[in-house]
Amino acid sequence: MIANFGYKDATGEFYIAINTDKCDGCGKCVPVCPSGVLEVRDNEFDPMADEEMAAVTEEQRKKLSFSCSECKAGGSDNLPCVLACPRGAIVHSW
Amino acid sequence: MAKEYWRWKEYNWKDENIDWKEATTISGGVDVGSVSSQAVILCDGELYAYASMRTGSNSPQSAVNVMNWCMDGTGLRLDDLHFTVGTGYGRVNVPFADKSITEIACHARGAHLMYGPTIRTLLDMGGQDCKAISVDERGKVTNFLMNDKCAAGTGRGMEVFADLLSLPIEEIGELSFQVEEEPEPVSSTCVIFAKSEATGLLRKGWAKNKVLAAYSSAMAHRVVALLERIDIQKDFAITGGIAKNVGVVRRIEEELGLTTLKTKYDSQIAGALGAALFGKVLCEKKRAKQAS
Amino acid sequence: MISVGIDVGAKNINIVVLRFGELIAKGMADSGFEARDNALRLLGEVLAECDLAKDDLDSITSTGSGRKDIDFANHSITDVTAATKGTITLHPEVRTIIDVGAEEGRGIRLDDNGKIVDFAVNEKCAAGSGAFVESMSRALELTIEDFGPLSLESDKEIPMNAQCAVFAESEVISLVHSSTEKKDIAKAITDAIAARVSSMVRKVGFQTEIAVIGGVAYNVGFIRSIQNYLEKDVLIPESPEYVSAFGAALLPGK
Repeated sequence: MIANFGYKDATGEFYIAINTDKCDGCGKCVPVCPSGVLEVRDNEFDPMADEEMAAVTEEQRKKLSFSCSECKAGGSDNLPCVLACPRGAIVHSW
Repeated sequence: MAKEYWRWKEYNWKDENIDWKEATTISGGVDVGSVSSQAVILCDGELYAYASMRTGSNSPQSAVNVMNWCMDGTGLRLDDLHFTVGTGYGRVNVPFADKSITEIACHARGAHLMYGPTIRTLLDMGGQDCKAISVDERGKVTNFLMNDKCAAGTGRGMEVFADLLSLPIEEIGELSFQVEEEPEPVSSTCVIFAKSEATGLLRKGWAKNKVLAAYSSAMAHRVVALLERIDIQKDFAITGGIAKNVGVVRRIEEELGLTTLKTKYDSQIAGALGAALFGKVLCEKKRAKQAS
Repeated sequence: MISVGIDVGAKNINIVVLRFGELIAKGMADSGFEARDNALRLLGEVLAECDLAKDDLDSITSTGSGRKDIDFANHSITDVTAATKGTITLHPEVRTIIDVGAEEGRGIRLDDNGKIVDFAVNEKCAAGSGAFVESMSRALELTIEDFGPLSLESDKEIPMNAQCAVFAESEVISLVHSSTEKKDIAKAITDAIAARVSSMVRKVGFQTEIAVIGGVAYNVGFIRSIQNYLEKDVLIPESPEYVSAFGAALLPGK
């Protein structure tokens, strides 16, 4: 499953997509984020399975364009969360 | 108090041919949305009753109210439900629920039953959000996105317009087609700015219906852009309050070149229905565990 | 040499008249739905105040989101250019400009020579603009004028969950119903808009001195909140809502 966390508003589209076929819930992406955007929790989108996945926290979900701006300043592609993931499960849409 | 043009009607329904006393598993689903709440009761997986009501300021009470109304005239009491799942924005506030499940999973599961297993793309347009979901042949979510940050593309945006134009929300879909030709869509995405744009159009002498048409197509356009992220497929359905607005639905269909799947069920109950379906499975799991 | 600057915003038109760079008259009116006609009428009124006629003018420069409507201007410049020229003429030490108008917000970063290095604009979403405060003050049944001072009476930090102005309105109403004090809600609202504006400013990077211009600069609550977020003091030029019109008047066409 691809879980797109984020939003689209009049200023643009801001999603962090987690691919649960790749993500094994290792949590390496969690501590590297300076804004605390990510956490590991139950895959609530498949209630019959018992797996954990990386996900955007409820608190950050609606303000990604602000929260991620530090890492993206200057148009940088070297995003700590993306680099930290050993399986390439994290993709930013903007 | 001023007339509220944006309110949807409340309703309940039950299948007189089913006797719940004969059911082995009675499962309930409650979808507490920001604007309206739905309850569904299944007897051994068969749809027995459902209801839809406005969500009040107190969401636990709204959950109880809508379930009570769903059971109205059936003789059922809350205690008779073997397993109940809460979903929707107020899902953690359903006092009688055995479990809460995210609305993304419940909508996918409910739509899978309502529209049949061929459904692959689901758009749910709720009061304060818009969800685009890809589903597999088992009703499992394979891709989704939700937008509840911005009012554009949600029922709330349409309500703002119904209020601005003083037109009942249940009529605006049809009214939006009563124009000589389709106008350019409203250019502002933001509902606040779209509203001032519309005020300008009205002062310019545009008829209300023409303004509605311009907003309905702007909304359709926005939603289609959301759908593109999840790779839209032909077997496609729209649920939620906006599914009842033909003005938006038909414009989405035209823009996509697709016809939405139809269902004999009420399109608003997808979330609650999915919750009740999960409730049935979870109830059976629980029993199997207790028996072993 | 008499030059005029006309700033046509979504909500207001501001006009400034300069004689050799010195302010001799200014005026403001609603943009309305016929911004061009309203601007022309306002120009007539402002000129009458200083005994001038349109023929006496050497140049008319328009700026703002509605600048293209001003067909009687002989020149038009962008908002960012006008805001920058106006601000650094008044305060040459400024390196960051925050411009928050009725329907837009801007962050502009300048180099040591006052040249524009980078800027960010939001004119698409009401959440980072004056329109946000306006619809919230309507929900709170407060005037815009009372809003800022009232928010200063509160030290509470009530988070606003809604980012969107439409959803925030419902949130404000439910806060009112749950008997939250108006001053605390007003503070929450100024914090919310300041959070958005400051993150836009962070995106372009900021350096002191920081100037806040545009009508929202009058909102003392917003100023306190933005100073908290940026952890820096900001300066507010005199008549902050006229700064862009002033900048436009300072950049006459040929």
